[in-house]
Amino acid sequence: MALVGPSGAGKSSVLRAIAGLLRPEEGRVAAGDEVWFDSAANVDVPPERRSVGLVFQEYALFPHMTVGENVAYAGPQRVDELLELLAITPLRDARPGELSGGERQRVALARALARDPAVLLLDEPLAALDAHTRARVRAELGELLARLRLPTLLVTHDFQDAAALAPRIGVVVEGRIVQEGTAPELVAGPTSPFVADFTGGNLLRGVARPGDSGLTEVTLEDGTRIFSTDPLEGHVGAVVYPWEVAVAREAATDSAQNHVAGPIVSLVPVANRVRVRVGPMTAEITQASAERLALRQGEPVVASFKATGTRLVPL
Amino acid sequence: MRRAFDIAFAVAAGLVLAFLLLPILALFIRISPAELLDALWSDVALDALWVSLKTGLIAHFFVLLIGTPAAYFLATKRFRGRGVLITLVELPLVLPPAVAGIALLALFGRRGLLGEQLYALGITVPLTQAAVVMAVTFVAMPFYVRQAIASFETVDPALIDASRTLGASPQRTFWRVALPLSATGLGAGSALAWARGTGEFGATIMFAGSLQGLTQTMPLAIYAQLDLNPDIAIAIGALLVLVSLTVLLSVKLLPSWTRFTSISYISSAPSGSSSS
Repeated sequence: MALVGPSGAGKSSVLRAIAGLLRPEEGRVAAGDEVWFDSAANVDVPPERRSVGLVFQEYALFPHMTVGENVAYAGPQRVDELLELLAITPLRDARPGELSGGERQRVALARALARDPAVLLLDEPLAALDAHTRARVRAELGELLARLRLPTLLVTHDFQDAAALAPRIGVVVEGRIVQEGTAPELVAGPTSPFVADFTGGNLLRGVARPGDSGLTEVTLEDGTRIFSTDPLEGHVGAVVYPWEVAVAREAATDSAQNHVAGPIVSLVPVANRVRVRVGPMTAEITQASAERLALRQGEPVVASFKATGTRLVPL
Repeated sequence: MRRAFDIAFAVAAGLVLAFLLLPILALFIRISPAELLDALWSDVALDALWVSLKTGLIAHFFVLLIGTPAAYFLATKRFRGRGVLITLVELPLVLPPAVAGIALLALFGRRGLLGEQLYALGITVPLTQAAVVMAVTFVAMPFYVRQAIASFETVDPALIDASRTLGASPQRTFWRVALPLSATGLGAGSALAWARGTGEFGATIMFAGSLQGLTQTMPLAIYAQLDLNPDIAIAIGALLVLVSLTVLLSVKLLPSWTRFTSISYISSAPSGSSSS
């Protein structure tokens, strides 16, 4: 499971509380039927007696020990096996200062696993890496976690990371889980503007009222009227994901009910796609489509999306 | 104009160096190396060397043994009044040594706060070797503790936390992580404390007296021999210069282990409150 949320939401504090490095004011921490912390029963097991493997954000490798010594620190029995598992056997005698970010992470994982923990805790496992290595390490980490079959709680500020690494995601805002589910569930039905924004959706502010043929009509701030199949009234945010928005020279007469017209604010290529900013929203179209339409910054276009792809969240 | 400015400053630097180094140089020029060795072979000098070495080692043992855990405690625990405590530990640094001497007498002297009870038990502290050890410990301890606190504070708290979550008790964490990572700083503090202790004069002469072979350390012997046999005084002085030089060089040249403490580079990526 992953906890995602903005900086300062209290995600890392949750990990520290589970590991015993931070004493919560009240609450309960248990692993299986082993209680580690219970404010009511006055139980507070010290960190060294909690079976956790915590991987720190900056990895916190012991700089005065070699890779082998770092891993052996928690338990000398499985060092060979773990170095092998993480493909760092050749680095056994290197010091952490000589390693790359990705290598450090693997050492930190091996070290955390050396204790045979009941739960693996990962604090922003990818934040310390540069953009190049990030994608590769994310894939490797995903594979490793799948192979380990260990209860894992990871904390990240990046929804994409969480979606790639964890089957379930809890969105944390100001110390509370505001929504929980699989990545597709969160994308399909965000219940708050924050979750919508966080999962990458466009958030269009407006006022909703019941419209014709059972649809909800939303009047956006600039006067544009759009429709949604979600029933809601009052101040709402209309959530539309970029990949559900089509871009055309003029409003087409197809099944899409919603049209937002405006000049192209920006065109940003991302891999084989192009993110097109039109007025208040972003559309994501293929590189091929962008070329076919010969889109240029400043030209007027129409962004279209379906009422069924427009979710409403209360503001 | 700028040239004149540069010259004036260079002259100032030259004056400082000359003023500081010429007297020390004079020590070695006044008498020949043969006379110097001869003078060091005298009873007074050998006695002083022996007293200094013995009391110095015992005092240093206490400084390290008590100072290290005290510094670790002050460096890692957060409690009310911590800042005040650290300042108080440093007070003897700025205290005139004569005040240290009179203060020790006020506590352990025959009419002192504790001295009276100790005397009743048949224990007299002043004018003994124990008094020398106490005086040296008193003036040297703050040098070590202050440096040790600073060294322990530079150890990344995440490393301490990591050690704990890897199953190490606070004790094991101290021995395997905090101590090795602070070693350079502790070594420097230890050397400075040793240098300060070796040169101790004021507090010792007031509290322990200057009895040859018992409480007369090398600095006290210099003072005592100044009128009787200046050659011995100069010889001891020269020896102390060499000791001090060794300490200074060892502090400057200690292998820099501390560079390992900051490998966890700072990332600009936003994150949860990992530092909280």
